Amino acid sequence: MSVGQRVTSDHQLARLLQIGVVLEEVVEARSTQHHREMDVDVDAELGALLRHAAEESADHRDRLEDLIGELDADSVSYEEIEALVEAQYGNTKPEDFDGVLYDQLCNEETAYKFYDDLIEAIEGSDSTFSVDRDRVLDTLRGIRAEEEEGVEEVTAIMERR
Amino acid sequence: MNTADQYLKAIYLVQETEDGPASTGAVADALDVSPASANEMIGKLEERGLAEHEKYKGVSLTDEGIVRAREALSNYCIIERFLANVLEVEEFRAEARSLEAVIDDTVAERLDTIIDRSSECPDCFDAETDACKYLAEVESENPAD
Repeated sequence: MSVGQRVTSDHQLARLLQIGVVLEEVVEARSTQHHREMDVDVDAELGALLRHAAEESADHRDRLEDLIGELDADSVSYEEIEALVEAQYGNTKPEDFDGVLYDQLCNEETAYKFYDDLIEAIEGSDSTFSVDRDRVLDTLRGIRAEEEEGVEEVTAIMERR
Repeated sequence: MNTADQYLKAIYLVQETEDGPASTGAVADALDVSPASANEMIGKLEERGLAEHEKYKGVSLTDEGIVRAREALSNYCIIERFLANVLEVEEFRAEARSLEAVIDDTVAERLDTIIDRSSECPDCFDAETDACKYLAEVESENPAD
């Protein structure tokens, strides 16, 4: 067992980036499901938020997949994760607009925390990777900043309501 | 999962295996740390009311410590199950151990929305095989080539 946060190998880094891809795919699939299930015409602000969340997650996934490719690892297909989300969605779906907002907040906060921990774990290691370390950190910091904006955006909507 | 939670989970599993207090040495072995490091962290857990240490006997978790340890074990099960079932990682035990420090509870909760976990969790975790007994059963039915 490894105590303490450190990323020390290409393999471990690729695996963590794959987990990042899956988290983004979960966000994208859940946002799409919410959009499909809720009458978002009634709530244009929420509809726009869900569309934006799905688009942003797809963009984050692309950026992570570039790094995973450079590490000579495979990504995780969106279709596979979408099917898993759909299979479990009945048990985990929010009941109303407030629930959808809360789910979006959890998505953004979880992603922020994941990237924050991952950045710290890479910074805490002096290992070299076959992909440029600064490029990995720049990519992850950029995504983290967007997740932070996402948390603020959802929180602002929740406070207004 | 933070370091304290990793210790709580390790103590909990050693206690289950030994059916009594966990020796500092066994906890240190489980975590691959020195006995001095284990002693230091056990002292911190005691200060926080999560564990009790009795000289020559070992460490036992308090009720609050058990609750935290079981949560940590559930999150560990999520990581193992996610690696085994979603990413199809054969060496899911070793990888779960190397990743658990970087995977926060909130992240494990999100991953939990796409895996199929027994309601018995974490009671179905088998300390000896270091995996959920259902995962271990599937593994023995479909051994890796």
